[in-house]
Amino acid sequence: MKRLKNILFLLAAVPVLAVASEASVHLDKAPVNLADQESLQRGARMFVNYCLNCHSASSMRYSRMEDLGLTEDQIKENLLFAAEKPGETMKVGMTKADGKLWFNATPPDLSVIARSRGADWLYTYLRSFYRDNTTLTGWNNVVFDKVAMPHVMWSLQGEMAPVHKKDGEHEVIERLELVKPGSVTLAEYDAMVGDLVNYLVWMGEPAQVQRKQLGLIVLAFLAIFFVVAYYLKKEFWKDVH
Amino acid sequence: MMGWIDDRFPLTATYKAHLSEYYAPKNFNFWYFFGSLALLVLVLQIVTGIFLTMNYKPDSELAFASVEYIMRDVDWGWLIRYMHSTGASMFFVVVYLHMFRGRKPRELIWIFGVLIYLALMAEAFLGYLLPWGQMSFWGAQVIVNLFAAVPFIGDDLSLWIRGDYVISDATLNRFFAFHVIALPLVLIALVAVHLVALHEVGSNNPDGVEIKKKKDPVTHIPLDGIPFHPYYTVKDIVGVIVFLMVFSAILFFAPELGGYFLEANNFIPADPLKTPPHIAPLWYFTPFYAILRAVPPMFGSQFPGVVAMGLSIVVLFFLPWLDRSKVKSIRYRGPIYKTMLALFIVSFVGLGYLGLLPSTPVATIFAQVFSVIYFLFFLLMPWYTSIDKTKPEPERVTG
Repeated sequence: MKRLKNILFLLAAVPVLAVASEASVHLDKAPVNLADQESLQRGARMFVNYCLNCHSASSMRYSRMEDLGLTEDQIKENLLFAAEKPGETMKVGMTKADGKLWFNATPPDLSVIARSRGADWLYTYLRSFYRDNTTLTGWNNVVFDKVAMPHVMWSLQGEMAPVHKKDGEHEVIERLELVKPGSVTLAEYDAMVGDLVNYLVWMGEPAQVQRKQLGLIVLAFLAIFFVVAYYLKKEFWKDVH
Repeated sequence: MMGWIDDRFPLTATYKAHLSEYYAPKNFNFWYFFGSLALLVLVLQIVTGIFLTMNYKPDSELAFASVEYIMRDVDWGWLIRYMHSTGASMFFVVVYLHMFRGRKPRELIWIFGVLIYLALMAEAFLGYLLPWGQMSFWGAQVIVNLFAAVPFIGDDLSLWIRGDYVISDATLNRFFAFHVIALPLVLIALVAVHLVALHEVGSNNPDGVEIKKKKDPVTHIPLDGIPFHPYYTVKDIVGVIVFLMVFSAILFFAPELGGYFLEANNFIPADPLKTPPHIAPLWYFTPFYAILRAVPPMFGSQFPGVVAMGLSIVVLFFLPWLDRSKVKSIRYRGPIYKTMLALFIVSFVGLGYLGLLPSTPVATIFAQVFSVIYFLFFLLMPWYTSIDKTKPEPERVTG
């Protein structure tokens, strides 16, 4: 058993080392809370208004938003712009070729973007656009240098400009500074992006709330089963010496 | 009724031979749970696999979306898919822990076991292409390219495996066929002969003494043996429940397990034009991947690395003959063997970890040291097991 402990100890050290070797851009913690249905509903509205013009979410059906406490009529009236029926998936009119032509890149499908990028990356990325006249769109991003996507929510956040600092030979961006205010304050903008990312995390796996609830039931069942099985084994093994 | 069947099929005899009158040593410990658990996971993989096949589309245009369709629109599809993906990794966990035992006269059991391990690696590799994510695609690309490193025939060989000049729809279709039909059949057949061989020789035990040497003079039942059923069936049920608790904890609360069981990059659809900056195989292959990368290219060819990786698996077949120790159990072995085994475990886990990381000069040196230890563990085994001081084995199992 001592050997086993040593192995388990070594295996336990593996994830710790993996964290130490991660990427250098600092990511802010996204305020993800899937129990907050109002935040998810606000996020869904943001998603439909700002993202679902260029980005599809082709695995996601509008009707699934009933899981967020919305009725079918609410979905039809408030969220269904790009489709006819709530049973349809979130597709966009823009073709891959259009995207390539207009942005020099095809906007990725966002169905599982929170699972590939992670919530913190998305939360930081959507708050890190700044003015850069050297790029095609006039926008650049601290997290994703020379990204093809323009700052879609600029009218909300306003315009940010980079503040540089010297890092040895190179000039690096230290932080962003608001130069032209948008329609909401930066704190309000952060909260809106927080809602949007919350929604994206939910959309990445709509079954995840149900999954965790079921998990508790399964583990409770197994715990009871364990007690029964343990005493059954003990009873049978009484005569083995 | 039973008589009618027994006249035509040895049902009672089979039941007795393999369950109610198969005498297993009474002193099985922790390490002896994993055989039955491996069988459980195999069944779980086959059953969940059947249900996945009902909705999965082996088509490069549809595969990625069909997996998401299973995750969202198929009733309990998410549960079945996560059982299958968690089961794949847990299969290797269980098998790695299962390999920690037994030798003579169980050479054939061991060889069948290594073959099962090989088939399992192939099965996992083929299955990993099916979700058609970025890691599926580029992982398959890297592994198939290993075959291209074989001198002279390499290019034709890799072309023959892929069925195309790149990983493509043709590759996906043939990998699907192998994953759902060919290799499961091979696996089941190998597991069957593994078990038949085991039940012929009888199980080893933590003391490494043969229970068949001391039999009751009247009944001819081994004195230290107990019938597999009901004793080990009820005991294994306890093991199964504990295993299922670990399994469920992962499945329901962390199905990605921090990217080790499901990689983040595999949620991006495969894109032949966009190479990910860092391609790492899934964790159960990384020790061998690290050995591959530890060997520098020679004469402008990666082939020596491929050979080293191949040998690191082939050497496992020879283990029963490399071990010259007088005793079987680690309980009665000397300090040299215990030290070598500890070094081996550290190296194997270390290689597994390094295989996950991008290659750096420091990491490569570590991987080279670990690779050398990995091979020395096997190659020096005949020498250090014969000079090692062993303690005397007991006559009977010690409970």
